[in-house]
Amino acid sequence: MNWCEYPGAWLGVEAIQNYGCRMFAGLGLTLQLVGLSVGLGAIFGLALALLKLYGPKPVRAVVTGYTTFFRGTPLLAQVFLVYYGAGQFRPFLDQIGLWIFFRDAFFCAAFTFTLNTAAYQAEVFRGAIVSVPRGQWEAGEALGLHRIPLFLKVILPQALMVALRPLGNELVIMVKSSAVASLVTLYDLMGATRLAFARSFDLSVYFFAAALYLLIVETIRRVWGLAERRLTRHLTHA
Amino acid sequence: MKTMLRVAAAAALLAGSTLLAQAQQITEIKIGTEGAYPPFNNLNSKGELEGFEIDYVNMLCDKMKVKCTWVAQDWDGIIPALLAKKYDVIAAGMNATDERKKRVDFTAVYSRTPFSFIANKSVSSNDISPAALKGKTIGTQGSTVHANYLEKYYKDSNIKLYPTQEEANLDLKNGRLDYVLADKLALNDFVSGQGKDCCKFIADIKRDPAIHGPGVGMAVRKEDTALRDMLSKAIEQSIADGSHKKIADKWFTITILAD
Repeated sequence: MNWCEYPGAWLGVEAIQNYGCRMFAGLGLTLQLVGLSVGLGAIFGLALALLKLYGPKPVRAVVTGYTTFFRGTPLLAQVFLVYYGAGQFRPFLDQIGLWIFFRDAFFCAAFTFTLNTAAYQAEVFRGAIVSVPRGQWEAGEALGLHRIPLFLKVILPQALMVALRPLGNELVIMVKSSAVASLVTLYDLMGATRLAFARSFDLSVYFFAAALYLLIVETIRRVWGLAERRLTRHLTHA
Repeated sequence: MKTMLRVAAAAALLAGSTLLAQAQQITEIKIGTEGAYPPFNNLNSKGELEGFEIDYVNMLCDKMKVKCTWVAQDWDGIIPALLAKKYDVIAAGMNATDERKKRVDFTAVYSRTPFSFIANKSVSSNDISPAALKGKTIGTQGSTVHANYLEKYYKDSNIKLYPTQEEANLDLKNGRLDYVLADKLALNDFVSGQGKDCCKFIADIKRDPAIHGPGVGMAVRKEDTALRDMLSKAIEQSIADGSHKKIADKWFTITILAD
């Protein structure tokens, strides 16, 4: 027996045993999808936040338009727009050599999730940077620090502390939202569960999937708690 | 407390009345269908259900003198929703397979059509053997006999399952898929319509009775034997007296009761 069949065997539920391996493989895909998109989204989001705060006026307007669009429309609609929309523009994408990426459902989903989470993270970073008191900038300048090292060494660390919690929330939300990937032929945790349910008609596979999602979310919550305690250890805890 | 009592009384009354209705003759049936499988059943741009199954079952209802209402339900949840009593009958091009018979009962068969592969027009070979399709990407709708068939015979191909047949067709047109497998008549609608510039029929597959079952019937809950028998009788009658053919001819150019 494979390790992935044990939970089902232990619970005594045949459907979970039969489809356990598919579901754990789905869990792996979900983690890949979320890890990749939230990781890239963080880099992209920070850049967007800086552009929105310090960029020239037209750039700020474009960034605002971007975050408004991605935060204001359903993720499912965005995934469909990229996945089926890319198909409509195939001749063009072929020409510029990008079709090989857009042909792949995983790429389409990861791409859309990255754009989506970057928009949310940009707002988180922006808010966090703004929340650092003006006096910190002035103090840095008084010490003769240049703007870039001042930002990297004084402002950003303080901003990241503020951003930590909202970023954790964003990660949790992405874990759950990533279930829409199952609608574009991907067998993520939700996709594998739908398949298992369609075959077995046994509702317990959904409970098992819910438990797995809960497990990821709880793990993130605990890791975030530890990270926060460590990052704020210089502050007195009341 | 008083409201609670009233609610309880109303619930009891309701439960009682449905029990009575069950014991008496069936006068009202709720029918579930998918609404994304033209020309069998389809939600048109006005949001109305149309298609062969809609016309055909409405005709049966008229003959049986029962009032029929329709509910559109996603394919993946179509059997669970029947079991949860969201409706009483499924009429959605559903093949009466052994796998499904474990959960639901089927009426007499009212449609039995060939299943075919379609592909891009550039495909020149008519060979659809698993060896020929090795490494190719094949799409079909999930939770269907086609998905089971592909998983059984085309293990070396890359199989993609879609929530609806329409999305699989669209991805063939877009070039993400090399082949699509489905009901020939449903595919015909696509190949002669939306997909007439991109796609063509390649070949029909050989039926596997263990997977495909005897044909398409309506599904009912196992305990509703009276309803099942009533529908079966109406279906058999409509085939015998030609009214089945009359409606089939309106939607299809070839017979839908092939042997």
